[in-house]
Amino acid sequence: MSVGLWRAMGLVLRRDLALSLRRPEQLVQPLVFFLIVTTLFPLSLSPESSLLRQMAPGVLWVSALLAALLSMDGLFRGDAEDGTLEQLLLSGQSLGGIVIAKTFAHWLVSGAALVLVSPLVAMALEIPVAAFPVMMLSLGLGTLTLSWLGAIGAGLTVGLRRGSVLLSLIVLPLAMPLLIFGANATDRAIGGETAAGALYFLGSLCLLTTTLAPLAATAALRITLE
Amino acid sequence: MISLEHLAVDDIHVWRGDRHVLKGVSLQLGRGELLHVWGPNGAGKSTLLRVICGLLRPEQGTVSWAGEPIARNPAVYHLALAYASHEPALKADLTALENLRFAVGLKRRVDDAELRASLAETGVLTCADLPARVLSAGQRRRVALARVLAVRANLWLLDEPYTNLDASGAQLLSGLLEQHRDRGGSALIVAHQTLVLGRELRRLELGP
Repeated sequence: MSVGLWRAMGLVLRRDLALSLRRPEQLVQPLVFFLIVTTLFPLSLSPESSLLRQMAPGVLWVSALLAALLSMDGLFRGDAEDGTLEQLLLSGQSLGGIVIAKTFAHWLVSGAALVLVSPLVAMALEIPVAAFPVMMLSLGLGTLTLSWLGAIGAGLTVGLRRGSVLLSLIVLPLAMPLLIFGANATDRAIGGETAAGALYFLGSLCLLTTTLAPLAATAALRITLE
Repeated sequence: MISLEHLAVDDIHVWRGDRHVLKGVSLQLGRGELLHVWGPNGAGKSTLLRVICGLLRPEQGTVSWAGEPIARNPAVYHLALAYASHEPALKADLTALENLRFAVGLKRRVDDAELRASLAETGVLTCADLPARVLSAGQRRRVALARVLAVRANLWLLDEPYTNLDASGAQLLSGLLEQHRDRGGSALIVAHQTLVLGRELRRLELGP
């Protein structure tokens, strides 16, 4: 009996999650990086509450962006190096579906995990608890968008020996709107203002990349692997 | 009349930079046929296999399956083939069984009993629950062959399948190829050494 696309995507998702859990360093490294970088700012500047609160959105978002970048290079590289990517291409399943499942698994172990630990960092940066929901929502949307952008970059650089620098150069400029609107949403929430505008913008970016990035990443992978 | 399981490769040309790797290669492979592609290193054997799989688009020429160019409906073609590259394509952190459950599971619904039977057939049932990272190169090759068996494809495309196999492994693989041929399956085997199979084997030599 043939296998439907949803079932195939579920298999890819489960496999990638299982692989991440069996290599906990892949899960832990970006989180530790995120925690350390955000802790360095109060240590190097000033522990004064008002200054920390003022800097918090920028610190939080730049750290999140860099932490997410750390794991992007591995999105397709492991599969390409051990030959399983070829098997995926020849599985008779839609490569777009496979890319979606792999990217979503990547977000779960990088972006979603980062969102879950963000309240710890927020407390260290004196962000009020009332701002946590907006901060976490904006980070969730932003990191998911980053994962989609990362999928395009990872698809383009998977064939290069040291592709991680090029991947950063491709993804970082595309991630600028996320940084601006994500930090803005967090800043407004800290000030007790409505952050709806920035959140809508982040949401629309997330929808746009969810729709288009799988197509671009699939095309990039096909070109690179030929 | 063209068979439903007929592979036709017509006038394939591939360049790698200035190097003309494949110069008008053509071949036919029907039901119950085994074809051994051989030649020295750099002759383009693996490149030809990648073109036939659909992993590499040739600059010129066509690959057809059941009378249709493979680019027209690649999903149908890919479901009909089992490909074993020179890499065993196993995830080091997954067990042999988990690797098979994933790779075969993408092509067809399969239960663990069937996968264990395939592992038993290639002599690595005892490795079923071991992570691929602890297996020897020969055992990993046998697990990759179990995947080819479990997929139950009509067309086998094997790149240097004898690599890392000991004498009993090589004998086992030859037996599996003969069984596959007797069941009406076809196989294209890329190998640089002479193959000894029970019945007549067609050969295609690629030059440097």
